[in-house]
Amino acid sequence: MTLGATRKLRDIAHSRTGDKGNTSVISLIAFDEADYPLLRDRVTAERVREHFAGIVHGEVTRYEIPSLGALNFVLQNALGGGVTRSLALDAHGKSLSSRLLDMEI
Amino acid sequence: MTKTVRLGAGSGFSGDRIEPAVDLARDGALDYLVFECLAERTIAIAQLAKLENPEAGYDPMLERRFRAVLLLCAAQGVRIVTNMGAANPLSAARKVAEICRELGFANPRVAAITGDDVLDVLLREDVEIVETGLRASAMGDRLVSANAYLGARPIADALSDGATIVVTGRVSDPALFLGPLMHEFGWRDDDWQMLGRGVMAGHLLECAGQITGGYFADPGVKDIAGLARLGFPIGIVDERGEIEIAKLAGSGGAITTATCKEQLLYEIGDPAAYMQPDVIADFSHVRMAEVGKDRVRATGARGHAAPPTLKCSVGYRDGFVGEGQMSYAGPGALARARLAGEIVRERLSLTGVATRELRIDVIGADSLHGAATPQTNAEPYEARLRVAARTETRDAAQAIGEEVESLYTNGPAGGGGAWKSVRPIIAIASAYIAREKARPRVSFVEAP
Repeated sequence: MTLGATRKLRDIAHSRTGDKGNTSVISLIAFDEADYPLLRDRVTAERVREHFAGIVHGEVTRYEIPSLGALNFVLQNALGGGVTRSLALDAHGKSLSSRLLDMEI
Repeated sequence: MTKTVRLGAGSGFSGDRIEPAVDLARDGALDYLVFECLAERTIAIAQLAKLENPEAGYDPMLERRFRAVLLLCAAQGVRIVTNMGAANPLSAARKVAEICRELGFANPRVAAITGDDVLDVLLREDVEIVETGLRASAMGDRLVSANAYLGARPIADALSDGATIVVTGRVSDPALFLGPLMHEFGWRDDDWQMLGRGVMAGHLLECAGQITGGYFADPGVKDIAGLARLGFPIGIVDERGEIEIAKLAGSGGAITTATCKEQLLYEIGDPAAYMQPDVIADFSHVRMAEVGKDRVRATGARGHAAPPTLKCSVGYRDGFVGEGQMSYAGPGALARARLAGEIVRERLSLTGVATRELRIDVIGADSLHGAATPQTNAEPYEARLRVAARTETRDAAQAIGEEVESLYTNGPAGGGGAWKSVRPIIAIASAYIAREKARPRVSFVEAP
């Protein structure tokens, strides 16, 4: 990587969001499994929590799945009281994966 | 030769496309065609419909889906499993039997699975509702429904008893696929390893097009061709529970390790402990390999003993949502949309409209990610105000959209395209009951 050039997660990984009640579940999967260590080292639960400040109001837990070159993030209290009650336009939080991929790495 | 079972996914949600299932029924050489159609909230809404009419409360697209595939399935001996029974599996199964007779499908064996409705158990045991922290009795008449997520055993039993069509209410989504596998391969209820693998098969297939390239495309980064004629998946499972995902040649979409990984991790939380009524599945060591064009093999799922409790989906009335929207364009659009929002906020206060929660966003600026939206100096060409509120009464919800609409003659310049809506909220929460409290039952039905 050239010094000073910024890359975003979208360049090396893909993501899908799912929901369970008031919890959002966001996967982060390396296109090339060789990039998995980079994801594991740089995309910590703390960093994801900061990245989603204002959206997530609970704990962020990270799960590692090295056999898939993937991480799974579970964001508690992130869907405005739950999919069925939320006032949000995107009540399921489906678009949160796109926000994660916007993170600089 | 090893025995394999071919499971087709005919839908991934209640409103899904119809033709991909028809294609699978005709050309998929299937053993089973499975329709997953029951979202969390759907069953509570269906329960309300059943209160109005005891014959109602099943999936509104049941008739269309069955009419589309029934004769194709009958001709090839493809058995059908679906949760389209929603709040009324018995009535749904009778409707299916009626359609069979009308279309000339002789001697179908249509089974309904009941026993997921556990509202009486929740009330009798006064179980605590997790999200509200209230006991069932304290929810009073707001409580609408409680349905336990049943497992795959009753589905397997119905098939062993000769069912050609199985109609369920609330069961776990993967169980719709695990049931046929337990029946075909004779997996026992405590064969955790096999059940864990069967749950993976079910989880990979349950969202239909979401594994064949649907919900995946990102032009220039993740391109997928043919989404308008997306093919739905076929899972080919062997007696060791190993699965290959395939689709019909010539259908749109793509099956790659990337599409399969996205679906495997979809909505599962801890990949080492995917809680299911039949087993705690462990996907944390799964590997994916492309074994042909649009063909992926997934291996390495495991299983651990089933949890002692069953999760229940509890529906309750939670007031109303009122909403209004209005658009602004050109220079200063964003500022006018923000001003409009402030005017509505002040109006609601001046006129004494009681809201339990009020949310004011600008679509095109920050409506999706709110405070987490990246800062930008770029002015959008157009901006759409969106005001939404949760209220106790329908009248208060009505007032939200009315205040937005009245911006036409009372608000900032150039507002257009006002839109408003009011809807009652059926909220969903969860509760847990001891598994033996739910009594699944298989009933074979005849056309009325």
